[in-house]
Formats: sequence, structure tokens, C-alpha cells
Amino acid sequence: MITKRIIPCLDVRNGRVVKGVNFEGIQDVADPVELAHFYNDSGADELVFYDITASHEGRGLFTDVLKKVASEIFIPLTVGGGINTVDDFDRVLKCGADKVSVNSGAINNPDLITQGAKKYGDQCVVLSMDIKRVDGEFHIFKNGGRLDTGIDAIQWAVDGEKRGAGELVVNSIDTDGVKQGFDTELLKEISSRVSIPVIASGGAGKKEDFVELFNADCADAGLAASIFHRKEVSIKELKKYLIANNIEMRI
Amino acid sequence: MIAIVDYGCGNLFSLTSSVNALGLDTCVTGDADKIRNADRIILPGVGAFEDAINKLRNSGLADVLIEEAKKGKPILGICLGMQLLFDKSYEYGEHQGLGLIKGEICPFNGDIDKSLKIPHMGWNKLKFVRNSSIFKYITEGDYMYFVHSYYGKNCKESLLAVSEYDVDVPAVVNYENIYGMQFHPEKSGEKGLLLLKAFSEI
Repeated sequence: MITKRIIPCLDVRNGRVVKGVNFEGIQDVADPVELAHFYNDSGADELVFYDITASHEGRGLFTDVLKKVASEIFIPLTVGGGINTVDDFDRVLKCGADKVSVNSGAINNPDLITQGAKKYGDQCVVLSMDIKRVDGEFHIFKNGGRLDTGIDAIQWAVDGEKRGAGELVVNSIDTDGVKQGFDTELLKEISSRVSIPVIASGGAGKKEDFVELFNADCADAGLAASIFHRKEVSIKELKKYLIANNIEMRI
Repeated sequence: MIAIVDYGCGNLFSLTSSVNALGLDTCVTGDADKIRNADRIILPGVGAFEDAINKLRNSGLADVLIEEAKKGKPILGICLGMQLLFDKSYEYGEHQGLGLIKGEICPFNGDIDKSLKIPHMGWNKLKFVRNSSIFKYITEGDYMYFVHSYYGKNCKESLLAVSEYDVDVPAVVNYENIYGMQFHPEKSGEKGLLLLKAFSEI
């Protein structure tokens, strides 16, 4: 059977990997190519790159980084950030991405999901969602988690699958950067309503959080950034620990 | 020289990079003569079967592949490229393939437990059915990266390895000089590269 996946996420700004807490307080941490090599060697199942650059110049740097990583590292690469049109899909796929993650671009134009899926296949389109609790409901936020769209997150996930998304990244703003575990409550709500793979994001602080996540049977993969970047948890050790807890992992 | 067949189906960036990373001499081409002159051929492919086989036929490359196969040249089909080697596919209708591997390509839908997700996407391990020099650098149980919604059936005589996804999914097939891999060796980390290396030495 297919394994659960461990996915380090690299937020890249102006050619460097950065990481914020609750989407703010961004700090520089590393060279993305170096870090990608490190993760590849330590057993990451996939890598996700988010281009959080706003400038045109920074976007060029990102393209260079992506090409370099894709020509040296042979595991699946997902790329997101600034994907607003099918041309943007084309741009990152040509640089070696395997999957394209859409977020605000899909909120502004939900048809983007369908267009991407029709042109490149469902498996290529990852719908990434930033979700926060608002008055007891789950809302979709956009623009890097700053703006409440008022959209119901569960419905957005269900509609996303119908539109052709092949995978969902569920990023909980409430648990992001807090390191107290994944948002299993939210993840259960979503995974019980869709049949495409769900990638859990936001909240990983220790190895046990991944065991709790996978035992709750609400995600196919766990995504994290800072705990891996700062080497608080090593992927190799994490995978050994998960296997010892009867969770199938690729080693 | 390994010719990677470029017929407008899918992105060849990773495949080309991985073959380059192994230090192998390679060219990405849709030119019949270059394919004829190569020592080995890799047939990649992402997308729909019908579209891909039509592109191969309309460009004349289908005939080139069949001729080269008959001459004994090693040919490796990857993912949809593997499926194209089969006799036929039932992906949205019924389509003739290249007929280099006996068997049919059928949907998972209806054959596997309903709780399992389609596509079969992610890392799955290989179970060897027959030994082969293509496996000389890897071991049984190694994980490979799959992404597909259709799979090979009735291809028992060509089976080298399977992966379990409720059914035994043909993962590596081989008949004489023809090889097929349902997963993406170019996306399967070091082990995947080692399979490509073994193919380059066949």
C-alpha cells in the first residue's frame, strides 16, 4: 500500500528560504538548494516550494532556484505562490515542478482549478487552503492568511475536488507556528468529505504530532517547515519513530 | 546514446535531468533518424492514452518504435509510456496500443476497494515476481513513486514486479528487449535513478 508522506515546505523569498510564525515575523533561514539536498538525503517524500516573492526580480531568482533544485533532486516537487493563470502553471512546470499549488488565484477565479486540471491532469493541481476559525466556522483566508474571504472552508474543499483538484493542502492558521500539533478537528471535517489526498499543514512541533495525525486517519501526508529547517525534528528519526508506531513509511 | 522520445506528451525536464545526473549520453528528440541511431530508447508520457497514441501514430514515431523494438533495441516506457507499449487500453473507450507487451490497460475504478483513492498516487513498494538484471542495483521492498488511474492487466508473462494496491499493480514489465515501469523512476529518488542506470547497461 502507499505510504503516508512527510513533506518539508520551503517558503522562498528573493531566493532564500524563510519562515514566519502565524504568517508573520519572517526570518531568513537558508539557501533553498542546499536545504533541498539536505531533505532529499534525509528521506523527504516530496518537497513543496512556495514563492512568497512579490517583485518581478525575486520571481526570476525563484525560477533559477527551482530549476536548480529540479535538476538535482529526483523526488516530486510541488510549487505554489503567485499562481493566477494557466500560464503560471506552464511557467513553473517548465522549470521542473510536478504539481502546482493554487491558493488565492483559485479564490479569485475558481475556474483556474478546472483549467489547470484539464490541461495538465487532476494530479497536477493542488488546492492549498489557509483556514481559520471565525465565530465557530471554518473560513478560507487569502493573501497569505491576511484576508478573511468569508468562504466556508469545508464547502470550498468539496467544490475544489469537483472542480478537478487532485490534492488538498489544509493549512490551519490557528495551529500554524504554534507547534502544539496538527488541527485534527479541521482535518477530519475535510477528509471525511473528500476522496482526494489531504496534506495536513500547520502545527507540527514534535514527532508525536505526526503519530497523532496519522492515527486520526485524517491525512495522507504531513507538511512542516520550521521544525525541519531548525533541525528540531529530523525526517530520518521521525520516519523511524512512525514505523515503530506501525505507520508505513518509505525509508 | 539514449533517445528520450519527445512527441508532445508531458514534461521531460525531470527525466532528462535524471539521465544527465547519471552521466549518461542522452538526447531529447522527436526525430525518427535520431531515434534509429540511438542505442536505447525511453518513451515517457503523461496525460491521456488516446491523445498520446494518436500523437505517436500521426508523427510516424509509432512505426519507428515498433521497428526498433523488432531489431532488439532496448526500449523503456515510463508511466503512460509503459501503457502505450501494451496491446490496448480501455481509458475512455478502447484504443490500440503499440502491441509490444501483451495485456490491456484498465481502470482501477471497480477493481479496487472503494475506500482507496484514485489515482494510485504516492510511494509504494516493489514485490519482485521474476529476477532481472534491471533490478541489479535495487532490492525487493524498495519504494517507487506512482501516479496513475489505469493499470495493466493480463500481462502475467511480462511481469517482473508488482506493487500492492488492493490488487497487484504491474510495476515493472519486460518482454525480451522491451521494458516498462508504471511508476516514475525519475521521481523515485536514488532507487529510481538506479533503475535507469540498470536500463542503460542492458
